[in-house]
Amino acid sequence: MSDLRELYQEVILDHNKRPRNYRVAEPHTHHADGYNPLCGDKVTIYADVEDGVVKDLSFQGDGCAISTASASILTEAIKGKTVEEAQALFEQFHDLVTLDDVEPSPELGKLAVLAGVKDYPNRVKCATLAWHTLHAALEERESVSTE
Amino acid sequence: MSTPTPVQTKAAKLDVERLRQDFPILRQEIAGKPLAYLDNAASVQKPEAVIQAVERCYREYYANIHRGVHALSQRSTEAYEAARAKVADFLGAEQPAENVFVRGTTEAINLVAQSFVRPRLKPGDEILITGMEHHSNIVPWQLLRDETGAQLNVVPLQADGTVRLEDFEARLNERTRFVSVVHVSNALGTVNPVKEMIRLAHERGVPVLVDGAQAVPHMGVDVRDLDADFYCFSGHKLYGPTGIGVLYGRMEHLKGMRPYQGGGDMIRYVTFEKTDFAEVPQKFEAGTPNIVGTIGLGAAIDYLQQVGLDAIAAHEADLLDYATRQLSALEGVRIYGTAPEKAAVVSFTMDQAHPHDIGTILDMNGVAIRAGHHCAQPVMDFYGVAATARASFGLYNTHAEVDALVAALDKVRELFG
Ligand SMILES: Cc1ncc(COP(=O)(O)O)c(C=O)c1O
Repeated sequence: MSDLRELYQEVILDHNKRPRNYRVAEPHTHHADGYNPLCGDKVTIYADVEDGVVKDLSFQGDGCAISTASASILTEAIKGKTVEEAQALFEQFHDLVTLDDVEPSPELGKLAVLAGVKDYPNRVKCATLAWHTLHAALEERESVSTE
Repeated sequence: MSTPTPVQTKAAKLDVERLRQDFPILRQEIAGKPLAYLDNAASVQKPEAVIQAVERCYREYYANIHRGVHALSQRSTEAYEAARAKVADFLGAEQPAENVFVRGTTEAINLVAQSFVRPRLKPGDEILITGMEHHSNIVPWQLLRDETGAQLNVVPLQADGTVRLEDFEARLNERTRFVSVVHVSNALGTVNPVKEMIRLAHERGVPVLVDGAQAVPHMGVDVRDLDADFYCFSGHKLYGPTGIGVLYGRMEHLKGMRPYQGGGDMIRYVTFEKTDFAEVPQKFEAGTPNIVGTIGLGAAIDYLQQVGLDAIAAHEADLLDYATRQLSALEGVRIYGTAPEKAAVVSFTMDQAHPHDIGTILDMNGVAIRAGHHCAQPVMDFYGVAATARASFGLYNTHAEVDALVAALDKVRELFG
């Protein structure tokens, strides 16, 4: 089970079972729908942005453990950050799950538990769906598809 | 008009352990576990006989066909046309020329849509399909609909994953111009009563295409007994190579149809003013075809006939029964598609985990299944799920592999439970 536990770390299982910020943020200034046509995973991200700061962030959706946990952890990690910080974190996260030999930076915090997907190329999109969706929401595009 | 169905000898039991030796790819471990390949509805592995037929052609007699005067071209042409004769025999077609080589089921359906159905459609006309079709038997008709103003009519699914004949009959009306139905559903395993459906359609003068992609690997099919106007399948699901498939069509239909693509090999005489088309089937085989794939398909048919489709069907029915019983006994497992007539496909979900996670965890245990919508999103919508996990069986699968599947599902439950 060791490989299994490496991918499905406790934090991931926990966020999958009890997703945080699983609601429609009221009020919200931005939202977007994300869709992974390959597996049918769907996520909607709601963000309340004031003076360039993400004051509130939430999600709803239907997906696998990796995509649900990733969305849940994302909402916790980004809440309170500026839009610029959010975009920078997205880049760091993307590198972490796609490039070899990337040490997780301290800013990534809990997001580092998702590093295991790198060894499962067909699961990388599950981990990045919520991030692409957040990116789309902040850029005021209403939907994004991971293809 | 009707021909005798193949002799129904009592099927001998398959010697699966010996047959497995014919499939070199099965002799491997994935993640340190013996591979259990249970993704046969997506594509099937190839026996040595097919691999060798392909290799022998390239090594010994490969050349382009229908055009060379030299010895190799002649041999390749003979092997290519011999494969057509094998297909005709396999499907019970009246003549080899009724079998057009195409890339696969998808291309076959598109060919019929464009060359046979399209010229017959007026706005308001209807094409009838069922609620369990693969995307390849939905989208080509939607394209036609959008181009011609015709309508798509869909026979609804029942909870067990079947369609009712009376619902089918009720949707056949004076506007119906064509029926296109799947013989065996890839997402649910349901076997449709296509012979009855064809009879009902023919009573109203409506021609029928049968998508046999999931049927021919698992049961004997006789297109004249079914009285199908068109029947199609893909080589890669029939233990043959990728990129080759067959469109069977009744000669009277094929003769009247427009070519699908233009190019070399499908002409008799070309000037800049006008072109005389070649005869059927060359009329539909523009350009250099998949010569080696066709020869490999012929070898696959030889192999299956040697093993015996009745014996394969009996073995797979036993696997389906065993897998269904084992999976139903697992807590939280729900099976989709419980038709009385069913091929060896088990689509399921687990309360504890998403199909994608199930697929990854099974893979880590050497068990290959498919997770997703199986190119049948309307079926998923019908059941209100985004995806299912699907185990699908072939002639080389064993009870031990079903046990490996169940053991791996136990691990899913342990992790997510
Ligand atoms: C029932 C059915 N129809 C059509 C197809 C399409 O076949 P191909 O992709 O080989 O063209 C498939 C394959 O997935 C199938 O299962």
